[in-house]
Amino acid sequence: MKISVLVFGQIAEIVNTEKLILQNVKDTDELNEQLKKEYPLLQKLAYSIAVNKKIIQSNTILTNEDVVAILPPFSGG
Amino acid sequence: MQNKNSYNRYQRQIILKELGSNGQQKLFKAKVLVVGAGGLGCPALQYLAAAGVGTIGIVDFDVIELSNLQRQTLYNIDDIGKYKAITAIQKLQAFNPEINFITHCLKLTNINALSIIVNYDIVLDGTDNFATRYLINDACTILNKPLIYGAILRFEGQVGVFNCLDKEKNLQTNYRDLFPEPPEPTEVLSCNEAGVLGVLPGIIGTLQATEVIKIITQIGKPLYNKILSYNVLNNFFYEFDVSINKNNQTIIPQTKTEFENFNYDWFCGIKKQPNEISINDFEALRTNENITIIDVREYDEMPFVVEFKHIQIPLSLFENKISNQTLTNKIVVFCQSGKRSLQALKMIQEKNPAIQVFSLHGGIEAWKKHQLKNLINQ
Repeated sequence: MKISVLVFGQIAEIVNTEKLILQNVKDTDELNEQLKKEYPLLQKLAYSIAVNKKIIQSNTILTNEDVVAILPPFSGG
Repeated sequence: MQNKNSYNRYQRQIILKELGSNGQQKLFKAKVLVVGAGGLGCPALQYLAAAGVGTIGIVDFDVIELSNLQRQTLYNIDDIGKYKAITAIQKLQAFNPEINFITHCLKLTNINALSIIVNYDIVLDGTDNFATRYLINDACTILNKPLIYGAILRFEGQVGVFNCLDKEKNLQTNYRDLFPEPPEPTEVLSCNEAGVLGVLPGIIGTLQATEVIKIITQIGKPLYNKILSYNVLNNFFYEFDVSINKNNQTIIPQTKTEFENFNYDWFCGIKKQPNEISINDFEALRTNENITIIDVREYDEMPFVVEFKHIQIPLSLFENKISNQTLTNKIVVFCQSGKRSLQALKMIQEKNPAIQVFSLHGGIEAWKKHQLKNLINQ
């Protein structure tokens, strides 16, 4: 199973790319855990997660070819 | 149509069959409030005035600075030091005298927001901080006013439409459904610190104005319950669907009283630390008492400070250098925006608990702005 993770804003700087490809992640909680472990700077950041372009509000099961997007809030104007 | 001139003025959009003179009439009748006449507000205001939106209100309490001109295209060199709301309206009035402009030269708060917003049909958020963004969102939710959200940082921008019922999906979301909690203030980057490509707010502000025009004239598909993200570097557009966050419904103020009692600065973590001093207290201290003032910014940082006597010890060298320094028993540390000076404050407190040390709230940027405002008001 393969999923793509698109990252935006400061998160792209922290993970040093705009797109990650990950294998065998069963749900968004697990994805969150993995990312925070690999990139500890993410632990303090606020962000929202979308699965296939829909912002999710709770843990969501991931399936093959799903596209997850991680969006931090911006405040600049 | 009011007269032949105004027909000529808007002729290029009236001949669009989707818009027509009916759409133009709707624009004439519409009342739009733009909060923040900065990077997003300037282009949005220009296009709303160009399109013939009948009533345009501007909320802004800030003055124009040289560093604004890289992206805030309504202003020029001679406007530095003037209030943005007043200056923007002078320019726009000359550009389109048919429009009824309303100046709100003030800071939007939970005490004045509802009484201002209630007079408008649509609100465009062009502000630059989370506390005001949540405040505007909540006010629009209580008053059931469409909110056109836009935000930028470095090379990326976001635009979206909240508080608008998507009749097809029977869905109406707000900013808190997307971001229920504001980020920690220490993790927030502002354009002052992180930078922004000047053309980016031009694009995002123009997208916001486009959504306003689409909603008023009821054409196309506005970004109801959606966030559009745009990256200028790789031309990457990405759309997110927002759905209702059930947990959020317990937090958002539901009534005027709840709204007025909600502390937005506290919610967004902006409260003064125990040893932070305000600009007025700093002014009193530095003119009346024998204190040491320390600039903890790095050596090449602007603006230079020539207005008062101080020493410079960059934060990167602070821990080593502060031990060798002869210090008075009262010290004020400052930096650009007041964050790094809090770290310096802690270092001094740890090494010399006997010394009274203060950090300048808002940093030298806030101090310079305060000086500029005093100068204008004299």
